[in-house]
Amino acid sequence: MSKANLPDASGHFGPYGGRFVAETLMEPLEELTAAYEAMKQDANFQAEFDRDLAHYVGRPSPLYFAERWTRILGGAKIYLKREDLNHTGAHKINNTVGQALLAKRLGKTRIIAETGAGQHGVASATVAARLGLECVVYMGAEDVQRQALNVYRMKLLGATVVAVTSGTKTLKDAMNEAMRDWVTNVDDTYYIIGTASGPHPYPAMVRDFQSIIGREAKQQILEAEGRLPDALVACVGGGSNAIGLFYPFLDEPQVAMYGVEAGGEGVGSGLHAARFATGRPGVFQGVRTYLLEDDNGQIMATHSVSAGLDYAGVGPEHAWLHDEGRVTYVSATDTEALQAFHDLTRFEGIMPALESSHALAHVTRLAPQMDREKIIIVNVSGRGDKDIHTVAGLEGIKV
Amino acid sequence: MSRIAQKFAELKTQGRKALIPFVTAGDPNPAVTVPLMHAMVAVGADLLELGVPFSDPMAEGPTIQKACERALLHNVSLRDVLAMVKEFRQTDSQTPVVLMGYMNPVEVMGYQNFARVAAEAGVDGLLTVDMPPEEAVDLVAALVAVEIDPIFLLAPTTMDTRMAMICAAARGFVYYVSLKGVTGAANLDIDLVGQKMEQIRRHTQIPIGVGFGIRDAESARRVAAVADAVVVGSAVVNRVAENAEQPEKIQEAVCSLLREMRAAMDS
Repeated sequence: MSKANLPDASGHFGPYGGRFVAETLMEPLEELTAAYEAMKQDANFQAEFDRDLAHYVGRPSPLYFAERWTRILGGAKIYLKREDLNHTGAHKINNTVGQALLAKRLGKTRIIAETGAGQHGVASATVAARLGLECVVYMGAEDVQRQALNVYRMKLLGATVVAVTSGTKTLKDAMNEAMRDWVTNVDDTYYIIGTASGPHPYPAMVRDFQSIIGREAKQQILEAEGRLPDALVACVGGGSNAIGLFYPFLDEPQVAMYGVEAGGEGVGSGLHAARFATGRPGVFQGVRTYLLEDDNGQIMATHSVSAGLDYAGVGPEHAWLHDEGRVTYVSATDTEALQAFHDLTRFEGIMPALESSHALAHVTRLAPQMDREKIIIVNVSGRGDKDIHTVAGLEGIKV
Repeated sequence: MSRIAQKFAELKTQGRKALIPFVTAGDPNPAVTVPLMHAMVAVGADLLELGVPFSDPMAEGPTIQKACERALLHNVSLRDVLAMVKEFRQTDSQTPVVLMGYMNPVEVMGYQNFARVAAEAGVDGLLTVDMPPEEAVDLVAALVAVEIDPIFLLAPTTMDTRMAMICAAARGFVYYVSLKGVTGAANLDIDLVGQKMEQIRRHTQIPIGVGFGIRDAESARRVAAVADAVVVGSAVVNRVAENAEQPEKIQEAVCSLLREMRAAMDS
């Protein structure tokens, strides 16, 4: 049976997904679903999207053979899918370009978004600037501190950045606040969710927009190697870059897949965001999925050196792929991710985002265990410029 | 007949409308809640809505968000809230109590288990903001089996077809969210609420409560003129918040507001 035919009509991936929001948002989500379904069938929309991806985002992104790093690790051949080379520096723009076209089609004049690391906020502010739409980005006050550069970028792009001080002051609280804004301004506002989670249709829609990553990678590896890869590796916060890479390969059983969660200070420490390691299914922010929660069902504070992976929930399709055993979910600690950040920078001259560094950290474990003729594709979902202050700070260096 | 249905039937014969105050359980500390519930009943509350504190109250404005945070400082859990209802029932077997909150704490307890413990405690209704009827089939079955009413929301954006579906699933009363926004917002349009009441009544016989944005005696009076019940949340919780440092003053602060509302509604 195909693994790539979900969600069902009501937005479920097996027991996961669905729509768990206040009643005020149910009709707007239905309207969005209908508009999105119509646009999927619309050749003009697809052509416009493809044009934007080519000329605005700069696609296709290269699939680069990391020859030196491969030699150093001494195992499988490692290919990097270079989403870091996209306009604005991460995969997030693929989705915001798509949703912005939808917002325009729906006649909305105002864009809102939540952001963790700031990449999705920047990508939203970017498309809003291009279309001349008002843009408000909600960002946890803690993340505003640790991602000051991206905050300023968003402001330069004309967006208003709202520092969210409720709850744990991170990504989940930013999403709560964005939902509150949406429910209040639903008539003129389009909410661009940045990850493949939230209420239906977002998980499917974001996946579809991000699937360009996997479709390109598939074609590129066939051109380079004449065959499919043996393994795919991507980091999983909400999981949009991972599902974007994985989705076009789901029905290729010979391709193993690894989703890498934030192990923080170690899964045993309690300070992490490894939902599949210690979490269980529940209902949070519009969707049924795996969560980090306490015994009373309160959502737990998470920890990761990377703001973009610091989230208590995970996209529902990942939850389903986990239970199905199609994707293996592992974690990498802050320390392992930092090491991978340095490795790729020094060995390949490519500075990855700390989020992507988690995927790279797993590659350093995986590649040496595989034969030299095997092939791994790892998604470098973003570039690391935004993290230079964080890395310097951790190493006691003042920039 | 459920305690909620009985209460509305009784009010109808008296020609009165229900006043339903909301407080977050355990705000600002767990000892305040049960005595406050009794005090609210004494000044004319007909049903009580007890908020179950949640870490991520997505539909709440700042007032109830902060109430959740104050209660969670004391780790007030769904089980603690059920224990409070049980304590309240020791001396009040008449006043219906509706729990209001978010799904995840109920998910963790499990539907059957929650329903059993809640029924034993004397809970009459459950309103989970993030649980639309489409997703609630199993939950509704578990609640109905123990005679707890599942309460559902209707919103200004709810179209006719959905309204019919929600009204078919609802028991006890339906809760009309009077505005597009979060709890405690300031943009209540009472004329529009009146029009909506007529639309909803075409779909159901059960009573209609109206909440979100009712802040004083005047707005309570005007909503009571068109609806069957007036739900007052943030305005009550504000009185709690203002006295969070002197909890002994909370009862009087809340009750003086409810007395004014009651008088206006009955006038």
